[in-house]
Amino acid sequence: MLRITCPYCGARDHSEFLYGGDATLVRPEPGCDDMEVWYDFVFLRDNPRGRHREYWQHVQGCRQWLVVERDTLTHEIFSVEPARAPKKAPVLTGVAAK
Amino acid sequence: MGRYSIADILLKAAGGNKGWPRVWRDPAPKPEYDVIIVGAGGHGLATAYYLAKEHGIRNVAVLEKGYLGSGNTGRNTTIVRSNYMIDGNTPFYEWSLKLWEGLSHDVNFNVMLSQRGQLNIAHSNAQMDAQRRRGNVMRLHGIEAELLSREEVQEMVPHLDFSPQARFPIYGALLQRRAGTARHDAVAWGLARGADQRGVDIIQHCEVTGFLRQGERIVGVETSRGTIKAPKVGIAVAGNTGHLAAKAGLRLPIESHVLQAFVSEPVKPLLDYVIGWSAAHFYISQSDKGGMVFGGDLDGYNSYAQRGNLPLIEDVASAAKAIMPCVSRLRIVRHWGGVMDMTMDGSPIICKSPIDGLYINGGWCYGGFKATPASGWVFAHTIARDEPHELNASFTLDRFRRGYQIDEKGAGPTPNAH
Amino acid sequence: MSGQRNRLPEGGRIDRNRVLGFSFDGKRYQGVHGDSLASALLANGVRLVGRSFKYHRPRGIVTAGVEEPNALVTLHDDGRREPNTPVTTVELYDSLRAESQNRWPSLAFDVSAVNGLLGPVFSAGFYYKTFMGPRKKSWMFYEPFIRRAAGLGRGTREPDPDRYEKMQAFCDLLVIGAGPAGISAALSAGRAGARVILVDQQAVIGGALLDRPVGAPSDDWLQGAMTELESLDNVEVLTRTTAFGVYDGNVVGLIERVADHMPAPEAHGVRQRYWTVRPQQLVLASGAIERPLVFGNNDLPGVMLASAVRSYLNRQAVLPGKRAVVFTNNDSAYATAMELARAGAQVTLVDPRATVADALQRGLSDAGVELLAGRVVSTAHGRQAVRSIDLGAYDQASGGCETVERQIACDLLCVSGGWSPSLHLHSHLGARPVYDERLAAFLPGPAVPGQRGAGAFEGRFALADCVSSGSAAGLAAAKACGHEGGAPLSAPDVESDAWQTPLLPLWEVPEPAQAKHGKKFVDQQNDVTAKDVAQAHREGYVSVEHLKRYTTLGMATDQGKTANVNALAIMAALRGEAIDRVGTTTFRPPYSGVAIGALTGPEVGREFKPIRRTAMHDWHEANGAVFTEAGPWLRPWYYPKPGEGVDAAYEREAAEVRKSVGIVDVSTLGKIEVQGPDAAEFLNRVYVNGFGKLAVGKARYGLMLRDDGIVMDDGTTTRLSEHHYFMTTTTANAGKVMSYLEFLLQTAWPELKVHVTSATEQWAGIAVAGPRARDLLQAMIGDIDLSNEALPFMGVAEGHAGDIPVRLFRISFSGELAYEINTPSDYGEALWQACVEAGKPLDLALYGTEALGALRIEKGHVAGPELDGRTTLDDLGLERMASTKKPYVGSVLKRREGLVDASRPKLVGLIPEDKSVRLRAGAILCDADKIPSGHGRGHVTSVTYSPALGHWIGLGLLTGGPNRHGELVNAVNALKDETIPVRVTSPHFFDPKGERMYA
Repeated sequence: MLRITCPYCGARDHSEFLYGGDATLVRPEPGCDDMEVWYDFVFLRDNPRGRHREYWQHVQGCRQWLVVERDTLTHEIFSVEPARAPKKAPVLTGVAAK
Repeated sequence: MGRYSIADILLKAAGGNKGWPRVWRDPAPKPEYDVIIVGAGGHGLATAYYLAKEHGIRNVAVLEKGYLGSGNTGRNTTIVRSNYMIDGNTPFYEWSLKLWEGLSHDVNFNVMLSQRGQLNIAHSNAQMDAQRRRGNVMRLHGIEAELLSREEVQEMVPHLDFSPQARFPIYGALLQRRAGTARHDAVAWGLARGADQRGVDIIQHCEVTGFLRQGERIVGVETSRGTIKAPKVGIAVAGNTGHLAAKAGLRLPIESHVLQAFVSEPVKPLLDYVIGWSAAHFYISQSDKGGMVFGGDLDGYNSYAQRGNLPLIEDVASAAKAIMPCVSRLRIVRHWGGVMDMTMDGSPIICKSPIDGLYINGGWCYGGFKATPASGWVFAHTIARDEPHELNASFTLDRFRRGYQIDEKGAGPTPNAH
Repeated sequence: MSGQRNRLPEGGRIDRNRVLGFSFDGKRYQGVHGDSLASALLANGVRLVGRSFKYHRPRGIVTAGVEEPNALVTLHDDGRREPNTPVTTVELYDSLRAESQNRWPSLAFDVSAVNGLLGPVFSAGFYYKTFMGPRKKSWMFYEPFIRRAAGLGRGTREPDPDRYEKMQAFCDLLVIGAGPAGISAALSAGRAGARVILVDQQAVIGGALLDRPVGAPSDDWLQGAMTELESLDNVEVLTRTTAFGVYDGNVVGLIERVADHMPAPEAHGVRQRYWTVRPQQLVLASGAIERPLVFGNNDLPGVMLASAVRSYLNRQAVLPGKRAVVFTNNDSAYATAMELARAGAQVTLVDPRATVADALQRGLSDAGVELLAGRVVSTAHGRQAVRSIDLGAYDQASGGCETVERQIACDLLCVSGGWSPSLHLHSHLGARPVYDERLAAFLPGPAVPGQRGAGAFEGRFALADCVSSGSAAGLAAAKACGHEGGAPLSAPDVESDAWQTPLLPLWEVPEPAQAKHGKKFVDQQNDVTAKDVAQAHREGYVSVEHLKRYTTLGMATDQGKTANVNALAIMAALRGEAIDRVGTTTFRPPYSGVAIGALTGPEVGREFKPIRRTAMHDWHEANGAVFTEAGPWLRPWYYPKPGEGVDAAYEREAAEVRKSVGIVDVSTLGKIEVQGPDAAEFLNRVYVNGFGKLAVGKARYGLMLRDDGIVMDDGTTTRLSEHHYFMTTTTANAGKVMSYLEFLLQTAWPELKVHVTSATEQWAGIAVAGPRARDLLQAMIGDIDLSNEALPFMGVAEGHAGDIPVRLFRISFSGELAYEINTPSDYGEALWQACVEAGKPLDLALYGTEALGALRIEKGHVAGPELDGRTTLDDLGLERMASTKKPYVGSVLKRREGLVDASRPKLVGLIPEDKSVRLRAGAILCDADKIPSGHGRGHVTSVTYSPALGHWIGLGLLTGGPNRHGELVNAVNALKDETIPVRVTSPHFFDPKGERMYA
């Protein structure tokens, strides 16, 4: 059992999660019209034997997509973080700041 | 070398079985070959065998990092069939089945091809329609197929769950009578012996660590046992294709995933067919030794580890009991994992690579074992003639770029869904 | 004690007052509480228990545990029938019935024993070399005979009447094995405050301590430990529980045998419980298994592991033989010899070591045991049980044995070839054991993080070492979980049992040249002999894995627990290499067999997969609906009138809809709330068509592609307010689309201010269709203006049906004037009933998915069979829907050459030329002037009888389809040798202009 420590919910069995594949791929901008770029993104993989950054969604929990860094040979998990980088606290100005 | 025969067995038995020769030699690698095949699994060995047999290319080395047959050849659930629906697949797998039918005689090694028939069980009208399409495609390719009603299936295997409690009732099944099983290890050994007898060097415990280049061309490999040259290098290392191709600088439309398999304690004949179940992805048959051999889905995450985990084990066990309630008390005595090359359309890749001198055979997903002879046959052709055979013409690497995916399941570029 | 001739008058850990009757092969015997089936058989003098797999040789009980290779029987009958059960693992209960297996006509006289004479022919791998002729398919002739001969016991064909359950557990520390080491680990960690689970496969804890004579000082120690374990709330002890596998994250699977020691589970009780334990730390104290020695006829009944004999003697007061020879290469079997002698047996100890420690010699002589040092047992003799052995002098330097010195009569031969730590669980996560020359055994390799070993598992065989290593492991593991402190246990006050003379590795026992040899078994269950190993070596199957696979060594139900190391050593000797150069022993889970039913737990029959029901399900059920599976959902398939089958029912239902009005439950459609200021932008990106300009209060049909340009899903999406859309998906793809939208928002486009929420369960949905749909709604809903002007096609409104809140969408899947009413799920059934009530004067039809399908096919709407994950917009005639002014998911890759290839099959309608014939989905479409072959030119995707048109119609995908309207092609159902000429038409069969829909 892979035990994934969801940053929101705690350590859970991987069966609570949906696997989303390679998280190092960068999705082309919506307006990108280059077929080669899209082909690369959609079809090609590094598929490393070793450390792999990959998406998992805590689909039976908080439904957040996470980036898990895991060894594909040993299944050791090195880190789990939200796929969506935490939003910076808004800079307060004017009345609210007081 | 000699041929195996009953007379030979009796003769050797009389001599205390001391006269058996080695099945294959244990040669040291030569500095140079005409062709190097990386990977002494079923596919690599078949390639070497057919290179020698069909194309007269005998100065061939098959390099294996472990012992021959140590990968998926000896880890699968041994099902052999040609009930494929999508253009590109159907004729290829049928050719494979035809080769299977002559393989024991061809290599003079009993691979125990048991054409006991496979039932693909359907659980809704929609699934019956899908099986009908598959069956019709098969028939129009000259492959026998029968679409059976629920009652006909019940007559054949009455101890499947035909009760009102069945969560997914059985509607009927597509039967391919020529489908069945084969003894997986024997395939590797028989092909190894056949290749070896034709002069092929099978070099075990020789890991390829890199490729030798001359300009843009690949002209050999670096191995744990030194540099070995060859103008043509074919890789047949399914499960590790991505890993090895990366050493040649290639990124492939492949992810490696683990697929588990299970065997129960042996019992007297309990199931005379191979059963494929479409309510959940599940398949089961009984080995000649008596063990129930079965499997299901991938664990679902990229993996190079030859082991799986409990959630999938529970899924597979519950599927087994759901379709065949009488297996409940049978004990699983072994389960294990194999690493699959999962491609972006669920179909294999057998072609020249974009790099001169390098040929790729991989991406076998679930389907590698049944493809073994045809895979080697067309790969040998591709390497020998420098062009694909008609049967593997569509298994190209560029089909993804060009939009000619061969997607039997319709799951799209999501490797773990195929 | 009648008939229990091998039961000693006193001693043992049994309750002699509780006599249990049982039968074996129909013959009745008695045992007592505390017996295993094995000890009870031995007590009754039953030595022949089974026949071997290949040669059908007589076999008896070898061991006292799960490692038993030989004594396998079938228990129970009917649905509980359980073949291949080692008698050593069965606790005796009253009225137990066991049958021997793999013999005919009887165990004592087995015809197939003739196979033994043909031994040389049945050498390793013989079947790979024959059964190939005379014809190509000859194997199909031989195979049934071979299958019948193989297979050990017979399995049941009945369903299992027993129940199973699953348990999820978490703890700081899981200790596997409750011998002295495991107990010490659990207790030490428990004292430190750690949450501990201690498991043992036996009925009581104590492990090898229980093999010592009753009243030994270790009993007090064990009693004290048990009392203290009991008193600790933070320690849970599970007996009759096997840890069968260690999985990633040190998660361990356990099987607790709740009721296997009883004739049947208690009423409402379970047979077995499958645990998934997620410990922080794992202590492996799984002990060690004694190895047999490999000599001639070492498989005869009466040849037993020395430790097993000791166990039967001290646990169950069974003396399996009166004239015993103990053959050992290490000190451990000396205790067995002495205790056998004290129990009244005449004992001779044969040891290949030239000298042994004085203390051992003294002990033997005190007990009256004859010691024959520097000797080996080269062969055993006997027909159905051991009767004598050949004794020979052993030359340690050459490893040879020149002559048989004499024969010794005996009825029991106890053997010990050393000990193999039970490393199975250790190697499940890929750890590699290392060979230890001193112990001639594999020991655990570098530990997997979070795992520790203790006791005999680590090759520590002395009791004091077991306790101290167990304590240390327990304390360290507790500390790793944040529980400091705790006190180590002190060892029981017993005489040291540490080995005093080094073990002498002895694998294949040499045989004197002139002696009469017997088969030397390495793997007894699979009948693999030392000769087979030698032949495998000769033929080049020298890798350990090749050896195993070629000879089947270690592949039996016992997984070669007593065979593997001997085989490895013999192969090493043949190769002339050190054992650790040849390979190592690795193990695949499970440690011992796990019933499929146990892993399944309660998920059987109807409970195999969860069932999803709509809010109106109970009503449908009460009113006679026949259901069909739609993924996990159950949906009304049709509502039969008396005497109607599915065909008659759906044809009637569909006709009634077109005539008047009908309702269908569409609650299963996926529903997703899409909210936020960027919702329009988001939908514009995921749908091929535009949603930015959709007016508030309007719905629009939308299509989504996958990134690779293939159609993924469709549905209607409504703009409820400026920043709030309500999306629907197909039933099948609801979950997938939801996760995908979340994926895009969270990973690719986090800058979009959009939130998506699944609302599938929150809303019940009813589609109302038919020319009188408006009349029906008029009768129910007072606060919505239903006129064409106020609520035109694709309009949306909110209101009430009585006091039921509703949201009304004017959308149509049937091509009729139609609406979809949504209401919060709690109102679903009430709303349905309100429809039924209001529909009475209108001849309201209830229709199910079959009629729904018929109506949509008449209109040429695509659904599952057309959206099969391989079709493009253009294939489906929907390219015109796609915006050319904006990018969307899939908009680039859908332009790939293969996806715009003119030869792609495209959507068409199909009408049989002979209108009386039925069409079949899955038929292949072939050009009329060609002989059908291959993939033809496409296929028939969906068919229905069209009540509106009065004949069968179909949708299909056909190459060049849109340009071939009017052409005749053949729909070939080759499976039935059926070729039906069909006319290609537009897929819009019924009301192509949509006048009814806009009415």
